[in-house]
Amino acid sequence: MADEEDDIILSELDDEELVLQMHDDLYDGLKEEITEAVNILLERGWQPYDILTKALVEGMRIVGIDFRDGILFVPEVLLAANSMKAGMAILKPLLAETGAPRLGKMVIGTVKGDIHDIGKNLVSMMMEGAGFEVLDLGINNPVENYIEALESEEPDILGMSALLTTTMPYMKVVIDTMVEKGMRDDYVVLVGGAPLNEEFGKAIGADAYCRDAAVAVETAKEFMARRHNQMATA
Amino acid sequence: MRRRGGRAGRSAPRPLMIPDPAGPLGDAALRETGIEIGAGKVLLLACGALAREILAVNTANGADHFTLRCLPAILHNHPDRIVDALRPMIARGQAEGFAQIFILYGDCGTGGQLDALCQETGVDRIAGPHCYSFFEGNQTFAARGDDDMRAFYLTDFLVRQFDAFFWRPMALDRHPELRDSYFGHYETLVYMAQTEDAALSDKAVQIAERLALKFERRATGYGDLANTLARL
Repeated sequence: MADEEDDIILSELDDEELVLQMHDDLYDGLKEEITEAVNILLERGWQPYDILTKALVEGMRIVGIDFRDGILFVPEVLLAANSMKAGMAILKPLLAETGAPRLGKMVIGTVKGDIHDIGKNLVSMMMEGAGFEVLDLGINNPVENYIEALESEEPDILGMSALLTTTMPYMKVVIDTMVEKGMRDDYVVLVGGAPLNEEFGKAIGADAYCRDAAVAVETAKEFMARRHNQMATA
Repeated sequence: MRRRGGRAGRSAPRPLMIPDPAGPLGDAALRETGIEIGAGKVLLLACGALAREILAVNTANGADHFTLRCLPAILHNHPDRIVDALRPMIARGQAEGFAQIFILYGDCGTGGQLDALCQETGVDRIAGPHCYSFFEGNQTFAARGDDDMRAFYLTDFLVRQFDAFFWRPMALDRHPELRDSYFGHYETLVYMAQTEDAALSDKAVQIAERLALKFERRATGYGDLANTLARL
């Protein structure tokens, strides 16, 4: 049975089958297969943006749902993300050439005292896949890093991440500093990390708590749509 | 068409295992099912990873006024389930009329939810964010601050159970290439030793090598766990 299942030749699948197979291969973290399939679709004349959204982002959306539901766990999501990264590495230069819709810009980073970045990296990748420009500040960011990046990059969204109960209160330090500087309302602030919850997000003055990367993308899209509507009616 | 692998092969999440009161004090039981020991009037609800240490302290103190009920230590890997697992244990203890109920969990990644449960049910817990902190002593641990930011901690229990708690759940047995995704920002494995055990220290050194981390051993003993139990 296993042999029978292993004999799929990707190049022999039609487009629809191939995209479905890519969803499964992303789910299974098969980096080489994803790389091969992306190249096949490019050879067939697919637009890079369509490959990104219909094959890779949609595949990761399914992964995100099953992670949320406790069917997949961090290792599987990491393997899937690494596969998506391999696909995006091919597409990124092509997307820059061909142009792709840009939904907004995000600055993101793990807070001071915290070196955990698996969740943050997933959010960065999924946001990029969804059409956001992302500046990733990395780990262990003091408030100065965030403020400097907000001032120089002028993003729409600030994302902050923390894994530790002891470091998550630092998000409030950043938001309070933004308030002091009169710049809080210029940005959508999204927060996430394993020990956080919605109540905490509200308590520190964030716009939203995002429980995983998929939710972060959907939340970011909603806020951008609201912003556009407000600008249109202003 | 034939589709390979993917979502179709996955099953629903496993339900939490219920503690087996008759289980032995072996690591596997502490990890997966929890234990119940003693018949004293003060109920201790604890993480299975602390069971041997709690019993060692109580034995040293000659304390026989405790009933110890431990939840499966593997909840360490699922902190979002800790509060839901403790809630019925507290209710059961209250229904049984214990003179006092005390929680031996740090915040343990519950993001304040455990403290909210304690407040709601009127029980206390040991101070500290996690066992690494109260084993070292909460004051000492807090004073280290960001100096320890790149430290990956293990205790006696977690050294013994490293493969079951980290290596296999992180899929490093099948995908060693993921190691740096998890541990790339760490620098040192800090083994917080509760006991003097040369074999355990050797094992901790080997784990550090597997993770490509420097090694440091801190002989913490039982730290604030001992002080806390002595006061109950």
